[in-house]
Amino acid sequence: MSDLVGRVSSAGERVETMTLVCELDRIDPDSGVAALVDGEAVAVFRTYDDQVFALSHYDPFGRANVLARGIVGTRGDVPVVASPLHKQAFDLRTGQCLDDPTVRVASYDVVVREGLVLVGGRRPPSPVTS
Amino acid sequence: MTEQQHRRRQVVVVGHGMVAHRFVEAAVERGLTETHDITVLGAEARPAYDRVALTSFFERGAKALSLLPSGKYADPRVTLRTGVEVVAVSPRQRIVTLHTGEDLHYDELVLATGSYPFVPPVPGKDLPGVFVYRTIEDLEAIRKAAKRARSGAVIGGGLLGLEAANALSQLGLQTHVVELAPRLMAVQVDAAGGRTLSRHVEQLGLTVHTGAMTEAILGTDRVSGMALKDRKPIDVDLVVFSAGIRPRDSLGRAADLAVAERGGLLVDEHCRTSDEHVYAIGECAAPGGVMYGLVAPGYAMAEVVVDTLLGGGGSFEGADMSTKLKLLGVDVASFGDAHGATEGALELVYADDVAGVYKKLVISGDGRRLLGGVLVGDASAYGVLRPMAASGLPLPENPEDLILPAGGGGAALTLPAEAQVCSCNDVSKGEIEAAVDAGCETAADVTRTTKAGSTCGSCKVQVKKIVEDHFAAQGRVVDRSLCEHFALTRAELFDAVLVHGYRTFDEIVEAHGRGRGCDVCKPTVASILASQINGHVLARENRTLQDTNDAFLANIQCNGTYSVVPRIPGGEITPERLIVIGEVARDFGLYTKITGGQRIDLLGARMEQLPAIWRRLVDAGFESGHAYGKALRTVKSCVGSAWCRYGVQDSVGLAIMLELRYRGLRSPHKLKGGVSGCARECAEARGKDFGVIATEKGWNLYVGGNGGAVPAHAQLLAGDLSTEELVSHLDRFLMYYIRTADRLQRTSTWIDSLEGGLDRVREVVVDDVLGLGTELEAAMATHVDGYFDEWRATLEDPEKLARFVSFVNAPGVPDPSIDFDTTREQIVPTTVDLGAAIPVGAAR
Repeated sequence: MSDLVGRVSSAGERVETMTLVCELDRIDPDSGVAALVDGEAVAVFRTYDDQVFALSHYDPFGRANVLARGIVGTRGDVPVVASPLHKQAFDLRTGQCLDDPTVRVASYDVVVREGLVLVGGRRPPSPVTS
Repeated sequence: MTEQQHRRRQVVVVGHGMVAHRFVEAAVERGLTETHDITVLGAEARPAYDRVALTSFFERGAKALSLLPSGKYADPRVTLRTGVEVVAVSPRQRIVTLHTGEDLHYDELVLATGSYPFVPPVPGKDLPGVFVYRTIEDLEAIRKAAKRARSGAVIGGGLLGLEAANALSQLGLQTHVVELAPRLMAVQVDAAGGRTLSRHVEQLGLTVHTGAMTEAILGTDRVSGMALKDRKPIDVDLVVFSAGIRPRDSLGRAADLAVAERGGLLVDEHCRTSDEHVYAIGECAAPGGVMYGLVAPGYAMAEVVVDTLLGGGGSFEGADMSTKLKLLGVDVASFGDAHGATEGALELVYADDVAGVYKKLVISGDGRRLLGGVLVGDASAYGVLRPMAASGLPLPENPEDLILPAGGGGAALTLPAEAQVCSCNDVSKGEIEAAVDAGCETAADVTRTTKAGSTCGSCKVQVKKIVEDHFAAQGRVVDRSLCEHFALTRAELFDAVLVHGYRTFDEIVEAHGRGRGCDVCKPTVASILASQINGHVLARENRTLQDTNDAFLANIQCNGTYSVVPRIPGGEITPERLIVIGEVARDFGLYTKITGGQRIDLLGARMEQLPAIWRRLVDAGFESGHAYGKALRTVKSCVGSAWCRYGVQDSVGLAIMLELRYRGLRSPHKLKGGVSGCARECAEARGKDFGVIATEKGWNLYVGGNGGAVPAHAQLLAGDLSTEELVSHLDRFLMYYIRTADRLQRTSTWIDSLEGGLDRVREVVVDDVLGLGTELEAAMATHVDGYFDEWRATLEDPEKLARFVSFVNAPGVPDPSIDFDTTREQIVPTTVDLGAAIPVGAAR
């Protein structure tokens, strides 16, 4: 987790302004939950190796707030969630749709602090490289 | 244009058997109906049916045999009239006269009147209890008479005679076959082959009398026995004549058309009779003076006439009389010059009296070409040998390899592209390969496209092999991997889980896969685990594998809300429970609709409402309907014998029993069942994966039906079952399917994908050839005993319930994007477009 915190810090964001979403244990490994962050529906994912990611909950293809309910897995080396409506895969790290290069959903800053998941603001469109 | 050119020309076809049907099909396909109207006059009450498969009438019924179940052709320019007898033809006036006195004008007349069974002038031939074997009506009469009979005899041990003997034996009669010739199937097989065949037939409990001449059929008011020349008389209650067929050529004879010496209307290579506007095809015709008693030459004649009427130059050049069939469970095949009639021909024989196998190849005098052969007891080489003889391929170095057991020599041979593979429909190997190149993915696709294998089915294995070889030659591998994470098929994965006893996805992907899984393999593994372990689908270790429907035990809809379907077994529901459903829908503001499976769908529930809705439903005695799962959905029923004046069995009771037995059963795809209380089939059971139709004696079980994009009719697996037998067969069938089908493969495509198709399923399920029956039934028993209602169990577990929240950090706040309009007094989703949140085409 330290690198995540470090990454957020280097991006200049302050952890104190983030929204507490839930305990990490509340999210099953390789799954997601929906959270309300500043009035926006955000999907927060935890992968098998305890990394956390946050994307918009809104599926731009199905036009509904459902992405947190998708199946989490990998495509090649990319961690992805598949929309539960029509199965398009989104890169958990960036929100980029792997099945349509012209579509991307918003991604959010997210950290785990003492077992708590905190979600911050929407990231700028160009992805933070990890 | 003159009036004359405008007028559509009239084609009248007399007869509606298989050949006439093929004529119409070809005429429609090739565009003859663009310029011609076709009127078909059938004497039998029913439209054309598959006479080749006549014996299967007893197990499959008349409907399954029909070549035109709807009773009319889709092309409006074709008119079919059945039950119409043509009594006269007047070629000079170009008129046919019907039994009603009605005259029909024709421009071109096609006679396809077929043949009639020959009954030799034996004393007693007109006694009650004497039958012929030609039409469905004949078989119905035989079946009726067999109920009061103990034994029967078939006069004639040819191809059709053995079919008839098979039928009598199936009807439970002590059966005799009486053949004048010194061996069975004298036309097709030689003396040694005939002996092998006789032994097979006698092992089945039938009595064979060869070289036996029938002197009289005995009896005063009905059949009681038969007198045979120089032998003791035999006691029989029923006699079937199958002593050959004669062309039904009397209409042509009366019209002074030329007739062949041995009967049949003499036709030229275009199948034209001595009158230029009258054609004859099929068994009533004698091209070059020869009558052909097989369907394939008749089909060829039908195509030739269509071609001629279109102005083409097609001609009938004689036909391959090769035959392959399974008679009384014995493979018999004969092809080419089976009797070694060619001058200087050599014979190569393999005989195994112990195994009951006899094979003979007839080879040209120079030893270089295959001329023909006979196969009895094992005809697997027929697919290669027949085209080899027909196309004059050079023999391989060691021709004996072609007939030695397990030689595999046949498989290594390559046929030339022009070799005919399907003789019934004249389809060459090249045409099969072209169909693959044009996009056919499976042998079943090829059969649909080219008709190869669609008539007698004897070349199906060969077609499949050509398709697979062609794929291999192109370097196309039929990739059956589940997904990028598993290089296994679902069936292989199922076995791996069974053998190793895995209980979690992590164990399975570590041992047999790579990566972390996806939306394809995870639900598949979840389904496999559910089929084997019977745990709760929302148990912590496996719930992240579930598709969202299973994950929330409800069906997701387009706006992210869910639908709720309580189980209503068999579609039977009390008024009180109906009221509960109505009250729940009203109180939660849900949209209601009756489903196709005789239950009620409540739509528009927010995810966080699901537990409260189900609390109400469970309290009223409802349980999960599994509408969200790849699982058993419903067993639909008609009202049955309790109320219906036609019903013969309690279809509702059986449907409820079956639905409760298989509820919660997870499977490769959704599963549906149906039970009808009589043959009227009001439950549409044959449109289901398993359908049960009541008979006077019990239940007929049909499998492999479905609706959807590619509808399929279920086929008869077994008939007249007791309820106990039915349940045992169904247990085995469903478990066999669950274990071996691919992901999202419905029962119909699964059956098609098995080598041997429905016959294979019958072998495994009914005959238990794999010895798996007990194991499959035990697996089902484990499921039945372990069943619990997963919605009730969810309501009882706070940890599972905690997942049903709109937002993990704001459980009381409903999703603001969900909203509804009202249409026809009910809610419908409104699209709330949050498009602004999507940076489409964002710069990278």
